[in-house]
Amino acid sequence: MFVRMLVRAAVLRRGRAAAALFAMVVAAAVATAMLNLYVDVQAKLRREFRNYGANIILAGRDGASLPANSLSQLESMIAGHGVVAPFALVVARTGDGQPVVVVGTDFDRVRELDRWWSVTQWPSGAGQALVGVRAASVVSPKNQAFDLTFQGHSIRVTPAGTVQTGAAEDSRIYLSLTDFVAWTGVRTSTIEIAASGSPEEINSVLQQLQSAIPAADVRPVRQIMEGEARVLGKTRATLLAAAALIILTAALCVLSTLMGWVFDRRRDFAIMKALGASDRLLNGFFAAEAAGLGAAGAVIGFILGIGIAAWIGRVNFHAPVVPRFSVLPFVLAGSIVVTLVSAILPIWLLRRVQPAVILRGE
Amino acid sequence: MFARLVYESFRRQKRRKLLAGAAITLGVTVATAMIAVATDIGDKINRELRTIGANILVTPQEDTLDVEIGGVNLKPPSDGAFLNEADLPKIKGIFWHNNITGFAPMLPVNVVLSRDGRTENLTLIGTYFAKKISYGKEEFTTGVRSTHPWWEVSGTWPEDGSRDVLLGKKLAARLSLKSGDVITLAGQRLRVSGTLGTGGSEDDQVVAPIALAQEILVKPGAVRRVYVSALTKPEDALGRRDPKSMSGAVYDRWYCSPYPQSIAYQLMEAIPHSHAEQIRQVAQNEGAVLTRIEGLIFLVTLAALFASALAVSAAMATAIFERRAEVGLMKALGAGKFAVASIFFAEAALLAVLGGGLGFAAGGLLAHQIGRSIFNSEIAIPPVLLPVILAIAVMVTFAGSAAAIRNAVRLDPVFALRGEL
Repeated sequence: MFVRMLVRAAVLRRGRAAAALFAMVVAAAVATAMLNLYVDVQAKLRREFRNYGANIILAGRDGASLPANSLSQLESMIAGHGVVAPFALVVARTGDGQPVVVVGTDFDRVRELDRWWSVTQWPSGAGQALVGVRAASVVSPKNQAFDLTFQGHSIRVTPAGTVQTGAAEDSRIYLSLTDFVAWTGVRTSTIEIAASGSPEEINSVLQQLQSAIPAADVRPVRQIMEGEARVLGKTRATLLAAAALIILTAALCVLSTLMGWVFDRRRDFAIMKALGASDRLLNGFFAAEAAGLGAAGAVIGFILGIGIAAWIGRVNFHAPVVPRFSVLPFVLAGSIVVTLVSAILPIWLLRRVQPAVILRGE
Repeated sequence: MFARLVYESFRRQKRRKLLAGAAITLGVTVATAMIAVATDIGDKINRELRTIGANILVTPQEDTLDVEIGGVNLKPPSDGAFLNEADLPKIKGIFWHNNITGFAPMLPVNVVLSRDGRTENLTLIGTYFAKKISYGKEEFTTGVRSTHPWWEVSGTWPEDGSRDVLLGKKLAARLSLKSGDVITLAGQRLRVSGTLGTGGSEDDQVVAPIALAQEILVKPGAVRRVYVSALTKPEDALGRRDPKSMSGAVYDRWYCSPYPQSIAYQLMEAIPHSHAEQIRQVAQNEGAVLTRIEGLIFLVTLAALFASALAVSAAMATAIFERRAEVGLMKALGAGKFAVASIFFAEAALLAVLGGGLGFAAGGLLAHQIGRSIFNSEIAIPPVLLPVILAIAVMVTFAGSAAAIRNAVRLDPVFALRGEL
């Protein structure tokens, strides 16, 4: 009987029930999307910040070379949580005796680590160099091959392209590490690491690195880490404020729709009461109805909200926002609470009114 | 008669009007606050991003190559060209001077530290800490304290005109010196006012007021490079174009947009014989982060507008639905559809304007609070937004009421009066 009453109530007044459900679905969808974004935005923005390049720098003490196996050791420690690039530096002389900084590195890794480099053409073969724009005008203004000398050893390189960064890189010449070591005999002295993760994770990486390679100085790139933490914190706080406002508005929308609906059914309420229904049964009936509506709305809204969050992720971050099922219990509980409040409040207001007064339409 | 009907409706049905009005007020409050936050978020995040450091570097035009490894400058210090310190205040005279949040000149010199009979070669960097500079009538303070906010000093920052220096943290530890000690650098006795931690090459260097570096180098007014921190707009296709290839109107548009490139261009115009360029690591990524956050907040604002529009519509629909009997009575007394509808719309408009005005004020307060608590700065709402917000409020209220009013007007008065649907 109880179940039949619930079902008939929903079926007979399809229009009003649908309107209430619609409000509930929209509210739950918006709440889900906002919570999902709030949880996910940090990961998304961290990824953007990794484009700033290294946040940890590992260097040999006083410019000394690092142990030969450092890179592979680091590689296995970072594995999948970041990018690692080795650098070896010397000051060489150009053909006309000008000093210039020459760097040996791994171009594939640099390309991934330092995405802001504006490079016309990356070197692809042996003997090819990437020349900073300012260095290029000195050593190879017509893009011709040139000689470099270091401690009596000479190498002839052909410029593959130029690199422009607006910083120190512009006055340097980059060679592949193999060419560089064969020419100078100087090994890697600096390794730059772009580690992903929260500040705590990065701090633990720092400590692990220090204990794994004691011969090296490990230091965080403070301006990047601090800037990242500040921007992330403020963005999340703004998003939280926005989410709170939006969820409040959505809850209000549900409240006003549902209260109108229940108020409108005061005749049903009066008839049941006149036929002898107890207060408890009536409360239970309306509460069950509201909870059912809330739950149904929350589930449909959750699915919709995940869709909205994924769409925002695709449009704005060009990466999907991962569905967070941990959000579901909150949305579900919140929806049921809001629907219960909006159903019980009018009933509570009406409980003293005589059924006869309501039935007479006064 | 019409005015009286509307007036009496407000006087006698206070509870219903209050509920609908509250919904409109809340909706408009949320919408106003979110619009204010969304329009200002770019500027706010831009300022936060300035913690990452300067985004434009000014160097002499005819400079020789930098020969620097790990912070040690191997180029003869007097080699190459210099900028003139006297030209620097002109940075505040460029078209986008309000977007310049700070600048710091740098002059590295090689010095010899003599201590206990031993000597050591070091790099000393002359710069501004927090120097007061005036350009025209404008006074401002600039230096590394604003352009390099991640520099940490234990002890005190030196005064710009003083003979105090900062020692890099690692250098101080190596030489076991602390703040308050006196050192002999390049034959001069200088007081160490504090130690400096930056996580960069400065940890092994000495940082001093620029006048001191110029004195050691015997080049008054010389500056090797200037770091400029500017609020910029993410570059787009126009920003990347070469100004030389532009026609008049396009050039004006480019020049009057705060792209990193156009600000660099204006800096080159302001400082003679200089070359200014964006530091791509900072400038490029800044644009990307800014675009993402602005986009996110924009989409969230749309969601907020949608939710508040829905809340207002729902409240209006409920309010009108409850007044079916009234409509029935009016119709039974001979009112036409048009007359009934216009009464409801007039009431809705009145509610929207009242609630909208109140909501606008409350939204302004809310935005102000958000700005204060999250960004420690003001988020101001341009008053021009008021008519726009009011128009939107009226439109949304009308849209929300329209379906309910249509249903109410269509209803046969007999059923409405008997309370049947």
